[in-house]
Amino acid sequence: MTTAEAHKNGGMTKDLIVYVCILALAGLQFLIAYQDISASQMFVRMMSVAVIEAALALLFFMHLAENRGLLWFFVIFTVFVLLAMQYGWTDSFRLTDGVPWAK
Amino acid sequence: MTAPTFSVPAKKMAMWLFIIADTATFAGCLFAYGFTRNATPNWPRPFHSITNVAVMTLVLLTSSLTMLIGVRSAQNGDKAKAFRWTMITAACGIMFAALHIREWMGLIGEGVTLFHNPWGTPLFGSMFFSVTGLHLTHVTGGVVALIAVGLRYQGGRYNADDLEITGLYWHFVDLVWMFVVPLVYLLNLAH
Repeated sequence: MTTAEAHKNGGMTKDLIVYVCILALAGLQFLIAYQDISASQMFVRMMSVAVIEAALALLFFMHLAENRGLLWFFVIFTVFVLLAMQYGWTDSFRLTDGVPWAK
Repeated sequence: MTAPTFSVPAKKMAMWLFIIADTATFAGCLFAYGFTRNATPNWPRPFHSITNVAVMTLVLLTSSLTMLIGVRSAQNGDKAKAFRWTMITAACGIMFAALHIREWMGLIGEGVTLFHNPWGTPLFGSMFFSVTGLHLTHVTGGVVALIAVGLRYQGGRYNADDLEITGLYWHFVDLVWMFVVPLVYLLNLAH
């Protein structure tokens, strides 16, 4: 087997392993949906699994693992945008629960 | 051939910038969905079966694998194989869209529309169709792009890099679905 063929086969094996991992994680999300837990616990567990799935897809399917500069560019911008959006959550709770500590 | 100014070729960088912008779009859309769901006390849980969404997820995840096979074949110079796997990816996208529309028709048949929901707040229909509709639009655009780029690659006008860049978009569409499924479907499962 030549070096190029070995690299090609190794790459395909890696892709298959990542695909099976993502598939298993997606299955785990479906299992979590049937757990007898609160909606907030379910949300946290499902989102944690989704973040791991997304990270695997970004690193290996979209090859960000091979380009650190692009990886940091993507992560810093995305995390900033996601964090900037979080300011609204308290307001969504206020709509259902009222102003905290109000008489 | 001159080396690119940056470590990433211009076309690939443009796709990454689009993906970053689209990430913000989907994040905003899903955040709006989460906000509305959280702030609405009588939010319905209408999904009794996960079979359809499980099959849709399997089809979309598998399409990412077929895309990878297509891109690797193109990079190894196997044009026929690359074209075949790209078209298989497009076929998976069409299957996903068909399953999605079938599910939409089922919900519409039960009386859920953009402004009406028989189980409570009409916001459910608005948010459900907006989020899944935005994703479905991306899948449809991806299928058109895959077919167009695949045909041009086959005809010799595009190369393996173009196929890889289209693949990046397809993987992104797949990635977004990983967040849509738990938020829109699994958290609304009837227990």
